[in-house]
Amino acid sequence: MQYSFSLTTFSPSGKLVQIEYALAAVNGGATSLGIKASNGVVIATEKKLPSTLVDEETVKKISLLTPNLGVAYAGMGPDSRVLVRKARKAGQTYYRQYHEQMPVAQLVREVAAVMQEFTQSGGVRPFGVSLLLAGVDENGPQLYQVDPSGSYFAWKASAIGKNAINARTFLEKRYSEDIELEDAIHTALLTLKDGFEGELTGETVEVGIVGEDRVFRVLTAAEVSDYLQEVE
Amino acid sequence: MVVTPDHLTLQPRVIFEYNGSAIIAMAGKECVAIASDLRFGVQLQTLATDHKKVYKIHDQLFLGLSGLASDAETLSQRFKFKHTLYKLREERDIKPSAFAQLVSATLYEKRFGPYFCQPVIAGLEPDGTPYLCGMDSIGAIETAKDFMIAGTASDALLGICESLWRPDMGPEELFEVTAEALLSGQGRDCLAGWGAVVYVITKDQIIARQLKERTV
Repeated sequence: MQYSFSLTTFSPSGKLVQIEYALAAVNGGATSLGIKASNGVVIATEKKLPSTLVDEETVKKISLLTPNLGVAYAGMGPDSRVLVRKARKAGQTYYRQYHEQMPVAQLVREVAAVMQEFTQSGGVRPFGVSLLLAGVDENGPQLYQVDPSGSYFAWKASAIGKNAINARTFLEKRYSEDIELEDAIHTALLTLKDGFEGELTGETVEVGIVGEDRVFRVLTAAEVSDYLQEVE
Repeated sequence: MVVTPDHLTLQPRVIFEYNGSAIIAMAGKECVAIASDLRFGVQLQTLATDHKKVYKIHDQLFLGLSGLASDAETLSQRFKFKHTLYKLREERDIKPSAFAQLVSATLYEKRFGPYFCQPVIAGLEPDGTPYLCGMDSIGAIETAKDFMIAGTASDALLGICESLWRPDMGPEELFEVTAEALLSGQGRDCLAGWGAVVYVITKDQIIARQLKERTV
């Protein structure tokens, strides 16, 4: 008889310390942030490489989930890829059944349910990532954050990872309801720049955008460089 | 010459014609109608004359199920179930086009042991345009801009629908044409009849009328 007990158990004070450790992993990870604009959403993330010898072109931190929805993470890269795989599958399952793109809120709920499951199942640990999901659907532009506990919220702007607290303060000052996507990209880069050690370049920052055309895409290094110059 | 054994050629045909049915859906201008006969029989013996074959999914979407009555009952319950969960999950009514894909996927799941039903779907999309489609028992969708028919009376219904349908009918005219086509068509079929029920769906109301008919 084999048992597989859940590692995530309540401490006497009512906390689940495994989840707090997972959050610690997130808070140690490279900063990612997102801004919801009036006509789209932008997500941006630092691309910290362990060595200058790594070929930076092969490192991708923003992923496409469905044509109208993308995700950035903070925390453990390998964990994020498990979630990306599951989210993509959920998106395609939905499309197969209804021949419609999965609404953003539905996909977020699906991913959050997976993350919750990994806080209550036997033989697994919680995911060491927080996610920022950006998409546009019939309900307009949306930005969601999902945490290791499986809780999720819709945000006007949010940041996760090492420099999240400073970045959020920065975003609170900068944000306005009627901001447009182009301005939001500038604000996103400015916010990242605020807490970045070293120089922001097209190679060290990744930006994903989705506009009213409902097509999510990751900007090329050249496009990011252009935006960075505009910010200067 | 290929000789197909009797049990292969006859069984599928007979099972779809076991209970008898006649269903029509027609598109008008910013409205759709869907109607069915009321007979429920076992082969030539009529057992009930109040058997509606059209089911409401929500205010803007109706599903007609022709074929084997027991499978139609099961399917209607499954789709009611699926839509209830969809509505709780997504906090909205399903669009007719998405519902059609759902029905198709559900039927094809039973590709090698199908439900013996041919559905007809009629509804209004959120922008008010009519949506009509029909499919076979394994979910191959056929969409139409004018009308859709199904059931044991479909041969007779096809001709009369082609004669009576015209574009851009208003709700009242659409009701008259749908009812007339159904009653005329099912009159040529001994397995369908005994009156009809007609639903006309518009943006802000559902007109439901039950028609009495003398069937010999």
